[in-house]
Amino acid sequence: MTFTAKLWALPLVSPRFLPVWRRNLLVWKKLAIASVLGNIADPLLYMLALGYGIGSLIGEVGGMSYIAFIGTGMVCQSAMFTASFEGMYSAFSRMHVQRTWEAIINAPISIDDVMVAEWIWAATKAVMSTAAILVVIMALGYGHTWLVVWILPLGFVVGLTFGAAGLVMNALAPSYDFFTYFFTLVLTPMLLLSGVFFPVEQMPPVLAAVAEFLPLKHAIDIARPLMLGRVPSDLLLHVIVLIFYAAGAFYVALVLTRRRLLK
Amino acid sequence: MNDLRTEALVVREVPKVPEAIRAVARAQDDTRDVVLRVDELRKRYGENEVVRGLTFEIRRGDCFGLLGPNGAGKTTTLRCCLGLIDPDGGTIEMVGQPVPKAAREARIRVGVVPQMDNLDPDFTVTENLRIYGGYFGLPRSVVDARIPRLLEFAGLASKGSVGIRTLSGGMKRRLTLARALINDPELLILDEPTTGLDPQARHLIWDGLRQLLAQGKTILLTTHFMDEAERLASRLAVIDHGAMIASDTPRGLLTQHVEPEVVEVYGDEAKKWADVHGRRLSSRLEIAGETAFCYASDAQPLLADLATRAGVRYLHRPANLEDLFIKLTGRELRD
Repeated sequence: MTFTAKLWALPLVSPRFLPVWRRNLLVWKKLAIASVLGNIADPLLYMLALGYGIGSLIGEVGGMSYIAFIGTGMVCQSAMFTASFEGMYSAFSRMHVQRTWEAIINAPISIDDVMVAEWIWAATKAVMSTAAILVVIMALGYGHTWLVVWILPLGFVVGLTFGAAGLVMNALAPSYDFFTYFFTLVLTPMLLLSGVFFPVEQMPPVLAAVAEFLPLKHAIDIARPLMLGRVPSDLLLHVIVLIFYAAGAFYVALVLTRRRLLK
Repeated sequence: MNDLRTEALVVREVPKVPEAIRAVARAQDDTRDVVLRVDELRKRYGENEVVRGLTFEIRRGDCFGLLGPNGAGKTTTLRCCLGLIDPDGGTIEMVGQPVPKAAREARIRVGVVPQMDNLDPDFTVTENLRIYGGYFGLPRSVVDARIPRLLEFAGLASKGSVGIRTLSGGMKRRLTLARALINDPELLILDEPTTGLDPQARHLIWDGLRQLLAQGKTILLTTHFMDEAERLASRLAVIDHGAMIASDTPRGLLTQHVEPEVVEVYGDEAKKWADVHGRRLSSRLEIAGETAFCYASDAQPLLADLATRAGVRYLHRPANLEDLFIKLTGRELRD
């Protein structure tokens, strides 16, 4: 196979990615408390401050109390930020700063395995912060329905989507500063346009149409009904959009990473 | 001056030709199996061909030194052997496996010490070994059984539960070497293993490598330290601009390519002396900075002449790999 063909080849996955995923888990366990706090402190503060502050002014939104409304948004938001962060800063430390990947690919593990491990790991961390925020929401008395459990796999899929996007940035990054672009140009607009703080229908039609293309909006469209104990409408469409973004971004990240490291 | 001269002669013997010839002959009818075979290897980056038809083989139990200045293609060659990059031409067979086709299978039985440290800073010494063993798919019990011996070997027996960040540079290198042995490899590949270490730390690494050779391990080593090559390697290849320029035993290389004796002449009058007398009395003379290197098969006429001169100082010594290296790759600086 020529180099170009190898560069563009579909991921060759083997179970050897597991020890790499496990390595990340073991590091996380050493710093678990700081890590969880870091991932959920922000969304929790937003949820409580805006939920109680604005919530006392406006009452119900979309058939639920404002704190539950924004809380559900925050669950998806934290999955998005956690996975993006992991795919960018943490992966960059391991790839570039600590050269951990270099050590791993000298063992019988391919760069494809490493990438799959990082991808699944980013999604794993997204599930952890999803779970932590869900626990708080439920402690506040909302979302007491079995359907809420489905928000955990949703967090995983959101983690796959944004973990892969983070890994695309990682493959291109000359230094940590580069990731600021992703926050400013992608994540912040995504956060504001996807219906985290207010329903998408409140926006001008043009922006609402744009929102239809944002993966976070589709995640929230799944999460809110689940929180109310309802099966989401258009579930298949939302899932397909998320998986489309996840798979597409991962493929791009893989090709770019191969190009960066295997030359 | 005479003191210096005798001291130099006592420390190192001038190589004797018959011994070198025997070594070459031994290598030729070698029946040990080949652990790494590289044939006509080529690698190009754009217009720049960094490896140009490199051919060599390493037999079991040998320490093969790949020498070359910076940018000669050493690291690229190693990366091709490990299957991390695909060559543009040629074939590689490592521990019986074709590379890059079966690179993963090959890497299962190879240990690598990279040029730059890449230990896992979030783990302790023992955890670094254990987790690296996991990458080879080795059962935890097998890895844990190997760890005490490896820590002992690395001189880190008392440091098992210590974090990586507190280790000295030498300790980190030794741990990296121990980590490369976690899968009990048939072939150990070391990319400039002692670059950046102080002399004491280097000697410890060399001791470790000699122990491994005594146990029958096979080693591929790249270096640009000639003393390292001289101490460890049983076979050497000098490469430059991606091509092999010489390959033999260390002694064989010296007898083939360099005059056995060297007189280094320096001091205020050295250059003038070199032009007037040095060239006449040596078979080859090179000037580098303030020093004239006079190469000869018999240095006595040079020494007799120098003894009568004022304003020059000199050192008489046997030729070594550094002379060979400089002769083959030139004196100009490589970046």
